Amino acid sequence: MKIAIASGKGGTGKTTVAVNFALAIGDAQLFDCDVEEPNCNLFLGLDLEKQEDVSIAVPEINTEKCSLCGSCVEFCHYNAIAKLPRSVMIFPKLCHGCGGCHIVCPENAISEIKRPIGMIEKGVDPGSGISFFQGTLGIGEPMATPVIRRLQAHMDENKVAVVDSPPGTACPVIATVGEMDYCVLVTEPTPFGLNDLILAVNVVRQLEVPLGVIINRHGSGDDSVEEYCYSENIPILMKIPYDREIAVLYSEGIPFVQRMPQWKEKFRSLYEKICFISSENTSQYSCSGVRNQW
Amino acid sequence: MVKQLTVISGKGGTGKTTFTSSFAALAENAVIADCDVDAADMHLILQPEISEIHNFFGLDVASINKELCTACGICVSSCRFDAIDSNQVVDTYKCEGCGVCEHVCPEDAVSMIAKKAGEYYCSNTRFGPLVHAKLGIGEEASGKLVSDVRRRASELAEQSGKDLIVIDGPPGTGCAVIAAITGTDLVLVVTEPTKSGVHDLERVVQVAQHFRIPVAVCINKYDINKRLSVSICEYCKDNNIPVLGMLPYDNIVIEAMIAGSSVVEYSGAKFSEGIRSVWNSLVSILFQEEKEDIIRLIQKSEK
Repeated sequence: MKIAIASGKGGTGKTTVAVNFALAIGDAQLFDCDVEEPNCNLFLGLDLEKQEDVSIAVPEINTEKCSLCGSCVEFCHYNAIAKLPRSVMIFPKLCHGCGGCHIVCPENAISEIKRPIGMIEKGVDPGSGISFFQGTLGIGEPMATPVIRRLQAHMDENKVAVVDSPPGTACPVIATVGEMDYCVLVTEPTPFGLNDLILAVNVVRQLEVPLGVIINRHGSGDDSVEEYCYSENIPILMKIPYDREIAVLYSEGIPFVQRMPQWKEKFRSLYEKICFISSENTSQYSCSGVRNQW
Repeated sequence: MVKQLTVISGKGGTGKTTFTSSFAALAENAVIADCDVDAADMHLILQPEISEIHNFFGLDVASINKELCTACGICVSSCRFDAIDSNQVVDTYKCEGCGVCEHVCPEDAVSMIAKKAGEYYCSNTRFGPLVHAKLGIGEEASGKLVSDVRRRASELAEQSGKDLIVIDGPPGTGCAVIAAITGTDLVLVVTEPTKSGVHDLERVVQVAQHFRIPVAVCINKYDINKRLSVSICEYCKDNNIPVLGMLPYDNIVIEAMIAGSSVVEYSGAKFSEGIRSVWNSLVSILFQEEKEDIIRLIQKSEK
C-alpha cells in the first residue's frame, strides 16, 4: 500500500501529516519526495547514511573527432548544445540526459559522463521501526524528477509506504503521486487553500489515484473547503484544529503524536480508513495487523 | 532600467503571496507577475480582468502511428525516461519530448507533437497590470512557463514605462524557482521561525547566491518561536543578508484573504504597518544604487 501525502499549496502540513502518520503506523517506509526542500528528517532527527548519488548522463565531446557538423545541436530539444566557430559547447544543466546527441553524432565523437544532481539517503528509527528514505536535489539543480524516480526504486512492495510529496501540480508531483495507491491531500480552510486544493484534485483524478482530504488548521478560516469536498463527494479523512501547541511543536521539529498520544490513535484510524476505502475501490488491499473498525 | 524583485520562500505557506499582493497595492509604477504557475493564488486577491490570452506550449510529446509501427521495440529500449511501454503506448506524463524515439524508429512511425500545456494572461487590476498563468493539469515545464510570464511582464513594463516588476515566486529550489529568480535585481525570502522554515531558507539563499543575486529576508509569524527568529537573524547577519522586518502571527491575514483584499488595503493596523516598512526598505535597496549613479552623474556634469 503506497500512500502519497500531497497538496497544491505549500505549507499546509504535508510533512507534519506524513511524519506523524508514519510514526503512528510503525513498521512503515517513509519517503521524503520533496527533494527540493526535504524536511521530514528535521522531525525524525535520524542519522542518515548515503545510499547512492543520483546522476544523469550528459554528453562529453571528443574535440579531436568532432567535425563541427552541428547534428547534435540541431537534434537537442533542450537547447543544451551550442555550436561556436571552433567548438561545440555543452550546457549541462539544460541537458535531460536523453542520449540523443550520442546517437546522432556521425563521427562517434560524443561519449556520456555521469553528472551528479542529487543523492538518496536512508535512516532507521529504532523507536517506531520505520525506515526512512530521503532524496535531496543539489543546490542550483533544476531537475527534481530523476531524484524522485530513484527514490521510488527503494519501495518495498510488502510494506506500507508513506510518501511526502512536493507542493504544486507540476512534474515533480506527477512523478510522486502517479505511482501511488492512494493520495491524501492536505489543505487549509482558506481561499488560497481551496483554490490550490481544486487544482490538486484535478491532477490526482487525472492520474486515476483515489483521494481524500485532510483539513489542517481547522477553524482558522472559513467553510469553503468543506463545502467543496461535500459537493465533489471527496471524503474528509481528518481535521487537525488550529492549535498553538501543535504549531509550537512543529516549529521545534517535534512530531505532535509523540506529545499528544490521542493523535496516534487518530492517525492509526486514518490508516484503517484509507485501507477500507481502497479495498472498496479495488478489493486488493487489506490492513493486516490493524483493527478493522473506525 | 526596469528593476525586478522576486519574492520566494523555499518552504511553502510562509506568506509569499500575502506579501506580494500587498507590495502590488503599495507599488506605484509596477507590473506584477505571478510566477507560482502551478498553484497560482495572486488572482484571488487582485481579481484581474483578462485582456490577453496566450497559449503556452511545453515539451513536445511522442506520438506513435500504429499503422506504421511494427512493434520492433527499438523506441522502447532507446527511451531513457521509461515513457514507452512494451505495447508501444506513450506515457505522456513521463515523456520529456527528447525526440530519440522519433530518430531511432526504422519505420518513421513516431512523430513529435507540440502540445498546449497551459495559458498565460495579461490582465488589468486595480493595482496595475498583472501577468499570470495557468499550467495545464499535470503538465511539465513549469520553468518554461515562468520564463514566458516574465518575458511578457518585461515587455509590458518597457511599453508602459513601469520601473519595477514584482514577481511572486514558487516554493522549492528547482527549475521553476531558478526560472523565477535568474537575472532579477533582488530576491526577498519570506521565512518563518520553524525548523523547516530555517532549513529551507538556508537552501534557497544558497540557490540565490549560486546565481549571484542579492538576497534580503523577512521573518513572518516571528512570535511562533522567538528563539528560532533570533537564530534566523544571526544566520542572516553572518551571511551579510539584511533582515527587513519581523511580523507577528496575525489572523488578519486570513480575514483579508477571505475578503479578497490585500492586507494593506484591508487594515491599517500593525501588521500592515510592518509590511509597509518592509516595502520601503525594498524600494530603497532596489533604487538606491540608481539614485547614487544619478547624483554622481549630476555632480560630474556640474563640475
